[in-house]
Amino acid sequence: MQSYFWVILHGSLLTVGVSLLALLVSVIFGLAGAAAKLSGKPLLVGLATLYSTIIRGIPDLVLMLLVFYGGTIGINTLLEKLGSEATVDIEPFMAGVLTIGFIYGAYMTETFRGAILSIPKGQMEAAWAFGMSRFQTFLRITLPQMVRYALPGFTNNWLVLIKATALVSLIGLQEMTYLAKQASAATRSPFIFFMFTGALFLIYTSVSLFVLKKVNARYSLGTKRGQL
Amino acid sequence: MEWAVIFEPDNLALFGNGIVITLWLLFASLAVGGVLALMFALMLTGPWAALRWVVGAYTFVIRGTPLLIQVYLIYYGLGQLEWIQARWDAVWPWTYFKEPFFCALLAFSLNTAGYTAEMLAGAIRETSAGEIEAAHAYGMSRVQTMWRVVLPSALRRTLPAYSNEVVMMLHATSLASAVPNMLDVTSAASRIYATYYLPFEAYLAAAAIYLTASFCLIGFFRFSEGRLLAYLAPRKH
Repeated sequence: MQSYFWVILHGSLLTVGVSLLALLVSVIFGLAGAAAKLSGKPLLVGLATLYSTIIRGIPDLVLMLLVFYGGTIGINTLLEKLGSEATVDIEPFMAGVLTIGFIYGAYMTETFRGAILSIPKGQMEAAWAFGMSRFQTFLRITLPQMVRYALPGFTNNWLVLIKATALVSLIGLQEMTYLAKQASAATRSPFIFFMFTGALFLIYTSVSLFVLKKVNARYSLGTKRGQL
Repeated sequence: MEWAVIFEPDNLALFGNGIVITLWLLFASLAVGGVLALMFALMLTGPWAALRWVVGAYTFVIRGTPLLIQVYLIYYGLGQLEWIQARWDAVWPWTYFKEPFFCALLAFSLNTAGYTAEMLAGAIRETSAGEIEAAHAYGMSRVQTMWRVVLPSALRRTLPAYSNEVVMMLHATSLASAVPNMLDVTSAASRIYATYYLPFEAYLAAAAIYLTASFCLIGFFRFSEGRLLAYLAPRKH
């Protein structure tokens, strides 16, 4: 019985891995989405709006099943039509990372868009006047300032994302929720294992909150707060 | 793509059944969760430190763990406890714990209660001091102030945040498919996928159903916000 706890603890590393990689994907999608929405080009704005509206209207689980089962068949049909004999299997790990990243990218789009809008336009104009390229302006001027504005929304998205990783167990990734279910089937004592897994999630979310608080303090340095 | 399969009477009926179950789960859990949330919010903002602490711990745990774990804990976990096992064949409320629908409903209600309670408590705390002072000046007691002044305005101000929670709950009901023998929209899609091996058609149909439902809910909340929060809108003249 004790060995199962170690197995679940080991599986929690996979949970951390999935969530961190998915976060990376979602930040990339979120920045791209926010840039598209703010670009003012009708086609890009339309595409980004479609992305953030549609994704946020469909359950994570349904999207995940669609990517996992549909994606495999889709890619293989495509390969077949191209005359290739090869077959591709999407692994649960990749399907999970990509779907969760893609979904939370839609939420990040809104968070980042709001944060960029909160930075005074003059800041970017000054950077351009100094001869910085668009990319340099983003890296040196926009990004450091938008962290503070984006952080509350980002924190919420991150906490929901961590919890969404439990869904990957339903498409067969052996992360801690999956292992807890296996362990409970083997030992016939589900209560204790699910409690244990829940506690691990609690630790993970609490540590995240603590770290993000430190980040917030770091990026709010020198910000004057109003006195009521 | 073989969309004709989705439109076969049997499969349409499967989705129809799924929609009924999904909506039942959604509205029943919102109703039960809403009543619980109101009680919890009053405890969170109330004068008793012990109650504040207990409810605070509850919302911390509910909001910090995945809903899937909560569903498993109730469906598989509680069934393991001997105390419940000894009762669930005959003694009244415990007989329900054998039913997947009840277990899913219980998990969803407890979950939404945790999130909504914090939202409501925030709105209650942020009621402007002047409103409460005015109520006291009229000679209202604490309970009267709460009932006549604080709650009506706090409930209205929670509306925008609550509309998010409702859409989230609609999506959360898809987790009912993780419980055996449930037939919500997602499980209906999974069954069609398993029978015909048509994942795109099955899950896209499910996605379209959820999308439509989400838009209807958002539209409904926009409409209610327009009516109930009209007094907070900026002056037009």
